[in-house]
Amino acid sequence: MGAAALAEPIPLRATAAQTRIRRLLSLLATHAVLMAGAVFMLLPFVWMLMTSLKSPGEIFSADFTLWPRRFSAVENYDRALTTAPLLRFALNGFIICFGILVVQLLVAIPAAYALAKLKFPGRNPLFVLVLLGLCIPVQVPALPLYIALASLGLLNTYFAIMFPFFLSVFAIFLFRQFFKSFPDDIINAARLDGMSEFEIVWRIVVPSAWPAIAAFSVFSAVAHWNDLYWPLIVVSDTRLAPPPLGMMFFADAETGSNYGALTAAATVLTAPLVIAFLVARRRFIEGITMTGVK
Amino acid sequence: MASVELKSIGKSFGSTPVLGGIDLAVADGEFMTLVGPSGCGKTTLIRIIAGIESQDAGAVLIGGSSIDHLRPHERRVAMVFQSYALYPHMSVRGNLSLPLVMSRLRLHERVPLIRLLSSRRRETMHSIEGEVEAVAQQLQLGALLDRRPAQLSGGQRQRVALGRAMVRHPDVFLMDEPLSNLDAKLRVHMRTELAELHQRLGATFIYVTHDQVEAMTMSDRVAMMDAGHILQLGTPTELYGRPANVKVAQFIGSPTINLLPGSVGSNDAVELLGRRLQLAVDLPAGSPLTIGLRPEALTAVPANTAPADAGSLPARLRRRENLGAEHILHFDLPGAALPPVVARAPPELQLPADGHVALTFDPLACHLFDPSGARVEARRAEGSRDPVVVPFRS
Repeated sequence: MGAAALAEPIPLRATAAQTRIRRLLSLLATHAVLMAGAVFMLLPFVWMLMTSLKSPGEIFSADFTLWPRRFSAVENYDRALTTAPLLRFALNGFIICFGILVVQLLVAIPAAYALAKLKFPGRNPLFVLVLLGLCIPVQVPALPLYIALASLGLLNTYFAIMFPFFLSVFAIFLFRQFFKSFPDDIINAARLDGMSEFEIVWRIVVPSAWPAIAAFSVFSAVAHWNDLYWPLIVVSDTRLAPPPLGMMFFADAETGSNYGALTAAATVLTAPLVIAFLVARRRFIEGITMTGVK
Repeated sequence: MASVELKSIGKSFGSTPVLGGIDLAVADGEFMTLVGPSGCGKTTLIRIIAGIESQDAGAVLIGGSSIDHLRPHERRVAMVFQSYALYPHMSVRGNLSLPLVMSRLRLHERVPLIRLLSSRRRETMHSIEGEVEAVAQQLQLGALLDRRPAQLSGGQRQRVALGRAMVRHPDVFLMDEPLSNLDAKLRVHMRTELAELHQRLGATFIYVTHDQVEAMTMSDRVAMMDAGHILQLGTPTELYGRPANVKVAQFIGSPTINLLPGSVGSNDAVELLGRRLQLAVDLPAGSPLTIGLRPEALTAVPANTAPADAGSLPARLRRRENLGAEHILHFDLPGAALPPVVARAPPELQLPADGHVALTFDPLACHLFDPSGARVEARRAEGSRDPVVVPFRS
């Protein structure tokens, strides 16, 4: 009896060990794939960062090393910051992203609320139009917009850079999905308490929508901080250039072949976004998963 | 304070009719309950009174004047929602003061920053604060004023929702199943509190529920609704004692009324499962009837001791539920393919070991319904003193 009871658990323990090994292997495999993806995506950034630390001679040397043998970070960053108005480009980026984002939120939030919660004739056709709007790339209306801005004499202004992005159908769509899940009873209670629809939007619905607003803000800021296409069309003045356009002007100028300084400038201009995302990443992920938009 | 009058309210969602011409007059200070199964239109009706939905036909009058043109907040009604509908990002204090802020401060006094320019605002906010504190004290929310709704228990949220309705001193309180999200014990407690609150405030209450116990225990009058119509309007006693419709009889009362098949025999006599009862109705012979017997109307006695002048049914005990103060007995009727018959009994009742009993009842305790479900009035049959024993038809 005793021997049988002792003999019994041994095969069981063996299978437990087997499952543990199997789980470990699958965990390793999953992480290997994810790591490969991460390396693939991060390598350009790492390369940029390392190049910005190297001396010009080492950048073009045939034997490649990731870690610089001799650091010339100070020279590279000094050169980048003194020969190009990098801080000016970053400031332009802030002004443009902030301006676009504020108007986008002011317009998209009430529109999304109306599409999600108000009953009016033509609501569904309007929403279909919003969805169709998602399919139109910015390049399509670029020419008419350019002509309009040119004939109004508004080229080479912040307004010209921001104008095409004031209405974001993506924001309307994202917020509509989010507002859909907001309880109707709370809105009805607010109406009974005497709130107008505008007050309901800004005082009741928006405070509950911060995850969605944070998520959209990251999308919007990244897209417009990095946008080269539209600023290239409407801006020729260096003082108005957002970061990518500024980089282009900088690369064209005498520093064209100085890759150390160039990558230093790129690092300076990429850093704010990366930092902002790291700060807001929990909210961002929350917002994305809550709206069901992936 | 105000009476509420509904005049032939009609409403349909698309092609689905929800309300088919509801007429209802609620007196000033009355506790009126709308009760009915889900989907009967009771919530839609209360939302029409609140102004959240608009009716397709008919008129709503409060205090004798039409309010159909008024927006929800202008109607002097307050509503408590089933989900409580508290503002999730505001503290209890914010939730309670919002209705007053909205009604007493002008638009520019509510806008952030700009509101700092108003000197009147501070005084008004001060008086609002005082009233909020007073209501919070009444509802024992004083210690919770700075919490958010997410930090409160279900019962506390319910109180805040009630307080938000009370601060406005409305003429009419509309309550849409306010207790259905509470656990059973708290629900019983809140029933008493709500009834006392109604007495204290003296306001008109219109209360929607699908729970017949709530309807019975709190209301002055109950309107039982089904499929967009009011089946019966009356006091709880009337609805229980003289249900006008078989659906009312089924819905009101727990355990549910026993419904048995019957018919009209010769000389207008009522027959239950083929047995002649000492009851007569004015219906043609052969008409089918549904005979309802409340569980407390049935008394189980040993099969051979059934009194001669009462109605009686042979039955066999199937299950006995012990509720402490009373027992609920479930009986099978031999020879009839019917759901079990339920009776109440005192705990000390002894039954024969084999379970064979006779269920006796006063024939006048029977509720008779015709095939359309409407109540049929019966009278005691004359002359037939001797019970006619007819074997079961199977």
